[in-house]
Amino acid sequence: MATTKTSYQLVLDGILDQNPIFRLALSMCPAVAMTTTVMNGLLLGIAVFFVQVASSCTVSVVKNFIHPRIRIPTYVLIIATWVSVIDMVLAAYFPAAYAQVGIFVKLIVAFAIITMRLEMFACKNTVGASFWDGFGMGLGFVVGMVIIGIIRELGGMGTVFGINILDSQPLLFFVLPSAGFFVVGLLMGFFNYLEAIYNRRKLGIITYESNKSNLPGGGCAEQHSSGV
Amino acid sequence: MVVALSSTLLAFNLFAANNLVAKTEFGEANEIILTFANPVSDERLVSLNSYTVFEEPDPDIRLELVNITLNADKTEATLEFGEPLNQAEAHMVSVRGLSSSEAAMSFQVKKSYLGYLISILITAMLIKNFVFTKYLGLCVFMGTSKRKETAKGMGLVFSIVMVIATAMSWVFYNWFMIPYKLTFLQIVVFIGLVALSVQAVDTILRKVNPVLFSSFGIFLVLITTNCVVIAVPLMLAKDGYGFWESIMLALGAGTGFMLALYLMAAVRERLELALMPESFKGLPIAFILAGQFAMAFLGFSGMSI
Repeated sequence: MATTKTSYQLVLDGILDQNPIFRLALSMCPAVAMTTTVMNGLLLGIAVFFVQVASSCTVSVVKNFIHPRIRIPTYVLIIATWVSVIDMVLAAYFPAAYAQVGIFVKLIVAFAIITMRLEMFACKNTVGASFWDGFGMGLGFVVGMVIIGIIRELGGMGTVFGINILDSQPLLFFVLPSAGFFVVGLLMGFFNYLEAIYNRRKLGIITYESNKSNLPGGGCAEQHSSGV
Repeated sequence: MVVALSSTLLAFNLFAANNLVAKTEFGEANEIILTFANPVSDERLVSLNSYTVFEEPDPDIRLELVNITLNADKTEATLEFGEPLNQAEAHMVSVRGLSSSEAAMSFQVKKSYLGYLISILITAMLIKNFVFTKYLGLCVFMGTSKRKETAKGMGLVFSIVMVIATAMSWVFYNWFMIPYKLTFLQIVVFIGLVALSVQAVDTILRKVNPVLFSSFGIFLVLITTNCVVIAVPLMLAKDGYGFWESIMLALGAGTGFMLALYLMAAVRERLELALMPESFKGLPIAFILAGQFAMAFLGFSGMSI
């Protein structure tokens, strides 16, 4: 069951092929709510990156001591511990930024992407592979958040990282909260379109659908099916 | 003789004063309405100087009155304030100098508790819907809104777990974590309680009603990855909600989530038949739809109950 991919492939997978926001469509709440500026998106992305790497490593270390029946509650507690750590660190060292991202740092504990990577990957791979998988997933999340952030901030306020670029505010609509849904939807459609073109040219596969069904399936439950 | 007369007058005045106000209630955001038992003609009742109004917990912060109007048959006075009132708190209104003694009379103005609870429920369900105005719980929302049947099942299971977990969180937070100064552990404790109640419902349902379990069991696993389930305990800890208020908030969050799921599922079922660009099929179009729902739900914002 263990992966045969190299660390380089694992990281690249997280950023492109299985990007948590655009490809797996997990952890959408922060992607919609916290991307009105690039800075907010980046900050939350870094927090998620840290939690993902730390909890992937923790789970892969203790995976043999977790009873499969209670694995989800155990994962959740491990994640919660790391979220408490990052929550306190941010509150202590970056109070201004922490006030901006608000409740969402605490909510990382319930983000589907982290639990899903633990269930799909960290619970059956070595610490090294889990580290690189978490690294790639976290980085993919940061990249996604920054892309959405740039589009919304540039479109809505004409700035990036607070630096004036366009000298005008082309579409004020983009910084309104509900525009997050539109931007994410349009970007997802755009990436699907790119992939369809890429597949047609390089691989001769017609639709992007075929790629979607290849996501790694099955969690720890099947591995320990006798225990359930 | 004069003393006797004045004392009877005084007694009459006090008597009248005690029965002066029949009903007190909140009006618009910055209004308190006093209903008098009988028509009044006293000038002092419409003078700004004779009133003192404050929130019951902060008697030293006087609220600024800007206008008092008496209605045509002189039974109702509307007190208008410079700023909107916090209608969740009880307010004290005192009137000075009505009787010849300088003692002020006070009345309490507060919302009926049941009405207040219902307003929390409606607010959490519609005005501040967790999915469409707070953007929480989107992963599960997108995953389970493909069919109406799934949407109903998920919404129901979610509401039940939500209420159980919130009740336990409230008890834990107020009885253990605050007294023993453990509030820094709130993330671990709250999500632990959620995971625990999910596991408990899972185990009990598996034994008690296997048929129900086979149709609803799969949703249980998804609940721990729903941000709403942890957002509600965090909110009630931050704002110091009471027990029943917390339950109402949880119920509102659960039913609001169910409503959002059902609305979305109804549209997505029809979308299956619609023609659209290949690359927008599935999730991208669902997000754009959710954006439209979010704009529609903006219409509820600013409503006060």
